[in-house]
Amino acid sequence: MNFETIIGLEVHVELKTNSKIFSPSFNHFGAKPNENINPIDLGYPGVLPVLNEEAVNFAMKAAMALNCDIASDTKFDRKNYFYPDNPKAYQISQFDQPIGENGWIEIEVEGKKKRIGITRLHMEEDAGKLTHSDDGYSLVDYNRQGTPLVEIVSEPDLRSPAEAYAYLEKLKNIIQYTGVSDCKMEEGSLRCDANISIRPIGQEEFGVKTELKNLNSFSFVQKGLEFEEKRQEEVLLAGGEILQETRRYDEQTKETILMRVKEGSDDYRYFPEPDLVPLYIDEAWKERIRAEIPELPDARKARYIDELELPVYDAMVLTSTKEMSDFFEATIAAGSDVKQASNWLMGEVSAYMNKQQKELHDLALTPQSLAKMIQLIEDGTISSKIAKKVFAELVEKGGDPEKIVKDKGLVQISDEGQLTEIISAILDKNEQSIIDYKNGKDKALGFLVGQVMKETKGQANPPMVNKIILAEMEKR
Amino acid sequence: MSLFDYTLKELQEKLHNKEITITDLVNASYERINEVDDQVHAFLTLNEEGARENAKELEQLANDHTNLLFGIPAGIKDNLVTKGLRTTCASQLLDNFNDPLYNATVVDRLNKERTVTIGKLNMDEFAMGSSNENSSYTATRNPWNTDYVPGGSSGGSAAAVAANEVFFSLGSDTGGSIRQPAAFCGVVGLKPTYGLVSRFGLVAFASSLDQIGPITRTVEDNAHVLQAIAGHDEMDSTSANITVPDYSAAFKENVKGMKIAVPKEYLQEGVTPEVKEAVLQALKVYEDLGATWEEVSLPHSKYAVAAYYLLSSSEASANLARFDGVRYGVRSEQATNMLDMFKLSRSEGFGDEVKRRIMLGTFALSSGYYDAYYKKAQKVRTLIKNDFEKVFEDYDVIIGPTTPTPAFKVGEKTDDPLTMYANDILTIPVNLAGVPGISVPCGFSTNGLPIGLQIIGKHFDETTIYRTAYAFEQATDHHKKRPTLGGAK
Amino acid sequence: MSEISKEQVKHVAHLARLAISDEEVETMTKQLGDIINYAELLNELDTDHVKPTTHVLDLKNVMRKDEPRKWIEKEDALKNAPDQKDGQFRVPSILE
Repeated sequence: MNFETIIGLEVHVELKTNSKIFSPSFNHFGAKPNENINPIDLGYPGVLPVLNEEAVNFAMKAAMALNCDIASDTKFDRKNYFYPDNPKAYQISQFDQPIGENGWIEIEVEGKKKRIGITRLHMEEDAGKLTHSDDGYSLVDYNRQGTPLVEIVSEPDLRSPAEAYAYLEKLKNIIQYTGVSDCKMEEGSLRCDANISIRPIGQEEFGVKTELKNLNSFSFVQKGLEFEEKRQEEVLLAGGEILQETRRYDEQTKETILMRVKEGSDDYRYFPEPDLVPLYIDEAWKERIRAEIPELPDARKARYIDELELPVYDAMVLTSTKEMSDFFEATIAAGSDVKQASNWLMGEVSAYMNKQQKELHDLALTPQSLAKMIQLIEDGTISSKIAKKVFAELVEKGGDPEKIVKDKGLVQISDEGQLTEIISAILDKNEQSIIDYKNGKDKALGFLVGQVMKETKGQANPPMVNKIILAEMEKR
Repeated sequence: MSLFDYTLKELQEKLHNKEITITDLVNASYERINEVDDQVHAFLTLNEEGARENAKELEQLANDHTNLLFGIPAGIKDNLVTKGLRTTCASQLLDNFNDPLYNATVVDRLNKERTVTIGKLNMDEFAMGSSNENSSYTATRNPWNTDYVPGGSSGGSAAAVAANEVFFSLGSDTGGSIRQPAAFCGVVGLKPTYGLVSRFGLVAFASSLDQIGPITRTVEDNAHVLQAIAGHDEMDSTSANITVPDYSAAFKENVKGMKIAVPKEYLQEGVTPEVKEAVLQALKVYEDLGATWEEVSLPHSKYAVAAYYLLSSSEASANLARFDGVRYGVRSEQATNMLDMFKLSRSEGFGDEVKRRIMLGTFALSSGYYDAYYKKAQKVRTLIKNDFEKVFEDYDVIIGPTTPTPAFKVGEKTDDPLTMYANDILTIPVNLAGVPGISVPCGFSTNGLPIGLQIIGKHFDETTIYRTAYAFEQATDHHKKRPTLGGAK
Repeated sequence: MSEISKEQVKHVAHLARLAISDEEVETMTKQLGDIINYAELLNELDTDHVKPTTHVLDLKNVMRKDEPRKWIEKEDALKNAPDQKDGQFRVPSILE
């Protein structure tokens, strides 16, 4: 029997407002435990929530970027459940009138494009953080309590773990472009739960689904789903049945592990939050937010291909993060050649970032200095080889490429007389090489060029060196 | 004459003329508390040291005596949080809640007027009750006869004013919790329009119904206190952004030509002949003052109690869920795992009535019952609200009794929750509609217990309520009688 | 006439995180049953076309600016904590 996989994802994204969604506490990652809290975050008796306008703006922006319809009438509800990290024992969320609905994003897997539906995007508050220790106790830090969140629920449109991965990458990319979240999974500003079921091909109704939690990276989402896909298939083929379970992915064993079996659906007793009044989002407000949304990755990619005439692959890599894409555009704006800027960013710059585990904003390199350096290559002041030395300096310490070249004496030697003199001396010492070359051993030319470079500490203009060596050998 | 026989205005003149000091006022409060509170049990926590220090500080300050609350000793219901001062909501669960870390907005506003906080007043636990018998500490008694209840849930607030322990107090009213005890104790209690007074720092019972209001001996005093606490607060999203009118304007006008509506449902079943008679007498007084009254109907009144209990209990079930033994309050010592910590702390900390309402509310919100109970009650609320709006198209105020009976005996109604709930039948519709209502003394039963007259106004029209109440108060002497508790006999 | 069963009472008590004794289950079943019966009164009313009221005032879009403000000191956050460790609130773990 062949099966078809059905996957739906629930993604939580923290919005990077200055203050929390319902209290004026600072909204920072990385503070000491219980530092960014006040009586509202602690759910003290008598406190009341007041909505942060920017959280609504950010949520709306994310919803628009994901092609959602924006509700005109929306409101908040209480979702009731007890847990130590949930200080009021209800989470203020949105139940039946989410701010965004009916959205979609387009993904591409193995060259095939596919549109994935987004059921809804709603606003809610994040919970605190519970750390379990093995002495029978747990510790609660409420710093995260009240961080504005959007929960993005996909339609069950994903048909493979690879599609789920592509969906997450795309979602993250789009939201990062809007600027409302960093979407850093390692800091928890993007979190994902996955629902997966399988059904025999041709069957219309969905199979029983399991939910995967504690997925700490996109690749763990994919691996967890792959494991679960296989596990479910084995259970069904062995005549067993899938139970509605919550499972977690264990990174060590690379397996999914049962957390709990769900009995019926959870009873959260949602009801309208009486402490917050409804929101009415008129057209003017929607338009104001819509106007703030920058060009999104797909549009940029298309423009790079059509207008800048970059290869599809380059356009894809450059738009994969907003930071990279913005850097690229600033480099061109500073006067760089398009293809050169693309080559450097995709080549040396990316290699350096990977090696050092750094982001673009961590580098001393600026779009202006990169553009300047590229210009120096183009006008022949430095060779591509020397440029690597200049780049090493720029990326670590920054500065003006022209000055670096001058201070370090890296200017390319393009003076014909000077080069001829050096080359003549080298030819004098390497007569065997001349003979070899004349006998058809092309490698001998490479050796001679190398000698010249060694002598000039790499500063000789390579095309000229080639030309002069050939001319001088002719004479002998 | 005792200092407690003076109005706020008169006391302010005496302070200004240096006939008395703020310390004298504070002394008068604590002396009286020492004298009678072992009978009344109005206070849960006293702020004696703080109050005396505060009095001394205030005496150093100049006052232009237009601030009528300057230096006045006040009592605060124990569900209003007070920074550095224990706040228990009369619950064992908050027995150790010695510093709520912040002040309720109303407390800050009183502090700004420089009143002196004498202590925290007893109440039904988490404001759930109509007799104060649900206090987990001790039941407050009615100063007019300590065999009787003072009403609830602001029983301590009303009794403390009636017994001359403070010059005014703050209470809260979700279904009658200010007006009913004010009626039982023969004092003036106002439940303002929903949204007029900030709820920030009021430990929530039912968020869509709760309002804080003043309890005083006279209508004028009541208006002065409201003036101080009313008005928009950016910490409460449900607080109305309106300009608070000058309520003293109410005392410059009479009631000639005023149109009064008397709902026939408010004089029907359950209302005792004595209460009915007192209300009819009051209406005669209004006729003599040049007002007219007509019988009207609020047809959905009989559904109010059921709708109220479903809505208030549902909201309460969520509002009281935060008392879980994690961040504040008492945690059960028996708990060895997380689930037990929640269950045991809550079961040991909450009293029976609180548990009953949490259960009812949890049930009404639970899957499969939400539409039949919670949502249905919200729809009935709309009908009740519409009833009031319709009457207010043609009338200035609605008048009726505050309660169907005068105060009942301690222990008389504790067995059956439904009988107790029925006591609030005349005050509950006002909360559901969000309109303001006041209770003023309008007579006494044959056994000497006060009877309250309820005057209900349009949204944000407290001025007309005060005008109506003041005219009655000026024409009668009911408010001048004081209970003869303790040594004053 | 609607009934509430003992099983429902126990389930509701669990949802509300209340430990109730067998005796309390008995009384609660009776009392809640009575109250719910009484609430059936509302079914006399046809409310099909009535909008539910959540807020009596017609307020909309009450929001604050995104301006952070420090309010309490860190020590105060734990002032009323029944149990604490290393600047965090301490609770028993899920399992015994």
